[in-house]
Amino acid sequence: MSAQDTAPPSEREQQVLDRIERARRRRAKVKEERITLAHGSGGKASQTLIEAIFLESFRNPLLEPLEDAAELTVSGARLALTTDSFVVSPLFFPGGNIGDLAVNGTVNDLAVSGARPLYLTAGFILEEGFPVADLTAIVDSMRTAADAAGVSIVTGDTKVVQRGKADGCYINTAGVGVLEHPGRLGIATVRPGDAILVSGPIGEHGVTVMLARGELDIEADLVSDTAPVHDLVAGLLGTVPGVRAMRDATRGGVATILNEVARAAEVAVVVDEQTIPVGTEVRGASELLGIDPLYVACEGRIVVFVDGASADEALAALRRHPLGEHAAIIGRVKADPPGLVLLNTVFGGTRICDLLVGDPLPRIC
Amino acid sequence: MCLGIPGEVIEILTDRPDLARVDVSGVKRAINIGLLEDEGVEPGDWVLIHVGFALSKIDEDEAKAAMEFLEGIGKAYDDEIAALRDSHIV
Amino acid sequence: MRFVDEFRDADKARALSAKITSLCEPGREYKFMEVCGGHTHTIYKHGLEDYLPENITLIHGPGCPVCVIPMGRIDDAIHIARRPGVLMTSFGDMMRVPGSGGNFFDSNAEGTNIRMVYSPLDSLKIARQNPDQQVVFMAIGFETTAPSTAMTVLRAAKDGIENFSVFCNHITIIPAIKAILDSPDLRLDGFIGPGHVSTVIGCRPYEFIAADYGKPIVVAGFEPLDILQSIYMLMLQLKEGRSEVENQYSRVVPWEGNLTALRAIAEVMELRPYFEWRGLGFISHSALRIREKYAAFDAELHYEVPGVRVADPKACQCGEVLKGVLKPWECKVFGTACTPETPIGTCMVSPEGACAAYYNFGRFTRTRVREASLS
Repeated sequence: MSAQDTAPPSEREQQVLDRIERARRRRAKVKEERITLAHGSGGKASQTLIEAIFLESFRNPLLEPLEDAAELTVSGARLALTTDSFVVSPLFFPGGNIGDLAVNGTVNDLAVSGARPLYLTAGFILEEGFPVADLTAIVDSMRTAADAAGVSIVTGDTKVVQRGKADGCYINTAGVGVLEHPGRLGIATVRPGDAILVSGPIGEHGVTVMLARGELDIEADLVSDTAPVHDLVAGLLGTVPGVRAMRDATRGGVATILNEVARAAEVAVVVDEQTIPVGTEVRGASELLGIDPLYVACEGRIVVFVDGASADEALAALRRHPLGEHAAIIGRVKADPPGLVLLNTVFGGTRICDLLVGDPLPRIC
Repeated sequence: MCLGIPGEVIEILTDRPDLARVDVSGVKRAINIGLLEDEGVEPGDWVLIHVGFALSKIDEDEAKAAMEFLEGIGKAYDDEIAALRDSHIV
Repeated sequence: MRFVDEFRDADKARALSAKITSLCEPGREYKFMEVCGGHTHTIYKHGLEDYLPENITLIHGPGCPVCVIPMGRIDDAIHIARRPGVLMTSFGDMMRVPGSGGNFFDSNAEGTNIRMVYSPLDSLKIARQNPDQQVVFMAIGFETTAPSTAMTVLRAAKDGIENFSVFCNHITIIPAIKAILDSPDLRLDGFIGPGHVSTVIGCRPYEFIAADYGKPIVVAGFEPLDILQSIYMLMLQLKEGRSEVENQYSRVVPWEGNLTALRAIAEVMELRPYFEWRGLGFISHSALRIREKYAAFDAELHYEVPGVRVADPKACQCGEVLKGVLKPWECKVFGTACTPETPIGTCMVSPEGACAAYYNFGRFTRTRVREASLS
């Protein structure tokens, strides 16, 4: 009988947990032969795909941080470069359309990297038979969104594919901005003692889109939260010292970001369920469908990691802006246990908040 | 799969009396109340909803009794803690 | 949210927890099984075990209808979905259960059309909207869900919908509980009884547990306070030397059950002579199939399914976990070969399965975490 078998249960359990942690840190490998919807959901399967296939092949120091935007130095100028594709279904939903997402999504990725967004590209893949009136409506929305964000769409492309492909319209946007924030932003800089904030109620976009599909026959007065956050971010960065990192909470929701940070910075992220802002209707829809708002996409909310000493200042800075009216401090970063996200439940217990494998709501962004 | 959620009946659909619109925390959906036809369902009733069907009417008296029991335990606990705090063992 | 928030109150939880602890006999171990997957989920999701004293252990039972579907039946479902013109509808939690060649998502990647629905009635809507497709609903669940499937079939019959059928995998709870009670390696002090199944079957069917096996059973609700109160009621029964059926979830569960629901099941379905439960083996009279009267809606008749029995992978110890003999982390492949991303067995597949719940919510050392959350 080995020493392991005679150890008390709690020790044996810890040995198993340690073994699991080692297994989780092993090199990523894609086991499937074909791509499934889970690979696009922003959860574990997406991460594995990115690490095992894209990072493996393209590996270079600029890509490795895997942040929302890449930081480039070109002839002395510090720039941020990002890209995003949009495949939301349905194309039009309460609060906006795919065009709004396409502009705001890329603007936001630049903003949370500390850059002032300047220029966007717009590539369209259109389905044969797609109504021109719909395309015009989408493009008009993009124009309005771009104006609101202070960016120009300076180049683009259009392709048309046969009826039955592209589900109407797919859009890709790439964006470039200038990095004006002097400090280094990045999730690997997050450390114990930092505070975690969220800029507003979560899950609104994902639930709105899911209900807008009409398959669930659920009515609610919900509207997508799609919005450009560059102003909100500028207000924060301009006045609050010690901001470590920001992320915009899209696919996979807030929980995914918390997990990415815990892993990259090797820290424990501890949040209090009570403090997380969730709207009543998002809650109702989530309870009805058995999904957790923490994993549901937003399109105009940021998660901020900031030096604990600046937490209150950061909250005030966010709340000064209309988009941050309901901002909240939702937790703290601790040293131990590293790599895990813990949730203190409303009920007073504690549990882990792990990455999902797939997404309860496919094709949200 | 065991997912059952309480919702408030807002209205019975006139052309389909086996369907009712319910409100779950501001979110509304039509559900089938055919399984409760013996008891009868009216607007204002609370029902347990599972996969689009009402399985049971929530008995408000029983809910109140359950709450009172829990509150009683809570009060007894608070009293004990208070007594413990206030007592002195010299 | 009414009827939900009140039952999540932390102060009342502490009070109940103190009461439960006061009923513990020093040096005695207590083991209670919660049968329902939904209860397992609540226990982990809300961190309920933090409120229980060390000598009370909760054993997670086989009441997860998604978990106990054998791989062969998934293969059969995919076989049906592959027939030309078939549009299969399924509950969301079924989409990731692996058959021998992959799950429903994998199957869709290869070209099938299996869609998620919230309600079996949504399948009828889809059938109406797609007259050229044969809509097959993958029906799963205990007696909680069977009435809804039955009502859907009755409505389809009434409305003359011809392109709709059901692949019926409904199972019944009592044979599973009996299999647990008869299993020699298990010592339980009582049961936290299924909540929503009981709204349909009532509380009477559990009387044999108290009368013949001498174990207390408390039918429990799904909020954390419901479960704590049920544990309190079980401890009180043990203290007072009683073994009875009690109904903690009386605000929802009528003692006699729902006769309309039971009639609907009886009208449309009948018991199969036996059915295989993943991890538990064959159990007689434990599952339902569509009656001959409604044969037009029986997908098993329309589409000849291979019906091949697929054995669980050798490494899988789900059977022992389902019976509560092994804790999730005690399974040899837990967390390494068998993870939520790459599930080998049933307990990892559904979010309500014991292994999935533990992996997703409970996988940490209590002491380290307590320190982290309190500091």
